[in-house]
Amino acid sequence: MADDKIRVTTPLTDEVVKKLKIGTQVLICGTIYTGRDAAHKKITESMKKGEPLPFDPKGQIIYFVGPAPAKPGQAIGSAGPTTSYRMNAYSPMLLDAGLKGMIGKGEMSEEVRDKLKQHLGCYFLAIGGAGALIAKSIRAAEVIAYDDLGPEAVRKLTVEDFPAIVTFDCYGGNLFKEGIAKYSRE
Amino acid sequence: MREIHVSEVIPKVRSMCMDANYYLGEDVLGALKASYKSEESPVGKGILGDIIENARIAHDQQVPMCQDTGFAVFFVEVGQDVHVNGGSLSDAINEGVRQGYKDGYLRKSILGDPIKRVNTKDNTPAVITYDIVPGDKLKIIFAAKGGGSENMSEVRMMKPSDGVEGLKAFVIDRVKRSGGNPCPPIIVGVGVGGTFDKCAQLAKRSLLREVGSKHRDPFYADLEAELLEKVNKIGIGPQGLGGRTTALAVFIEAYPCHIASFPVSVNIQCHAARHKEVVI
Repeated sequence: MADDKIRVTTPLTDEVVKKLKIGTQVLICGTIYTGRDAAHKKITESMKKGEPLPFDPKGQIIYFVGPAPAKPGQAIGSAGPTTSYRMNAYSPMLLDAGLKGMIGKGEMSEEVRDKLKQHLGCYFLAIGGAGALIAKSIRAAEVIAYDDLGPEAVRKLTVEDFPAIVTFDCYGGNLFKEGIAKYSRE
Repeated sequence: MREIHVSEVIPKVRSMCMDANYYLGEDVLGALKASYKSEESPVGKGILGDIIENARIAHDQQVPMCQDTGFAVFFVEVGQDVHVNGGSLSDAINEGVRQGYKDGYLRKSILGDPIKRVNTKDNTPAVITYDIVPGDKLKIIFAAKGGGSENMSEVRMMKPSDGVEGLKAFVIDRVKRSGGNPCPPIIVGVGVGGTFDKCAQLAKRSLLREVGSKHRDPFYADLEAELLEKVNKIGIGPQGLGGRTTALAVFIEAYPCHIASFPVSVNIQCHAARHKEVVI
């Protein structure tokens, strides 16, 4: 592990989140849950109705991903992030319920950034299109809800040194804005 | 009339689906390696290094480089002296997709209806465009088009008075508004002219060009070079975290247009630019 990378284990606590600032490279260990468009729609609908959820979001991280099928001998197929802005409509509600982080690609909304500040959470970026590389850090995968959704089903993943970068931190920082401003030559 | 049986088509399509998703083209890989050397942002450089490593893993282990193995898009050139027998050519292409995505452990990303949203579970149907051309060959071009970059694409019916400066402003604006969403470094496909629908297809077809190639018309070659420079000055960088490498290429395809019209389209392609072709 490189010196400048911080290893974090789920569930995340406020103390850990406070150490994570934009630009920090993290290696995530433990359990994370997958969800993308269809699963988020179902989960938030269940929340509104007061129905039981596939998992308790408290302290957890949701990874926006729809993995490829596993080849024989693999824990999971290629599993890079999907674009996060599509979850802008759902993530605030999950953060209100105790979710501590999301992993995806691309920027998220101001509302999400505010909720991360309010509840002490992080939005992490995983490299979009590096699904074969990222899959190596996923040791186990199990569908725990909405199997009928195929790639969009909710999976419980066991990860070891899952590589990600803090892009929204609990201080309101936004690495996209800072990074682009730094390299703009317009 | 040359006879081609559909049973010849199915296994070729099956292989193309798998190969395109496992093996990144040398042109794209070369451009990524050049960007890795020149990228000024340390974070961006690290990301480019990981993308190159990812391509190596996908190649060596024969796994998809990206979990989004795409909508199966085909451009088929049917020689007018070819007769396809044994069934429908479209059915054969779809059967090849079905087999390739199943046997290749590729993700099934297609919903049978955009509003009802139920997965077809075999990645069909494909999007197929046919052209009838002279000759007795059947050319099938396959592209795996991911959703993230497709979502950042746009057609705009501009005014003739907007001119080439308007086109440039639109392309830059479209890339800027896309930010990190389409998985930069991207390839920017631009269509200009034709009708509303033709214009979109020009942009998509332009993405089939080899990265590093120059447009056959020097005017458009210069425009491509200018736009690429402008796009890379925005500063979006790899994955949108800032840097010099926002795009690996800008490709333009033009077509005649109506006196009242100036249609411009932008089709964004992620760095996993996957396409293959076969001639039967």
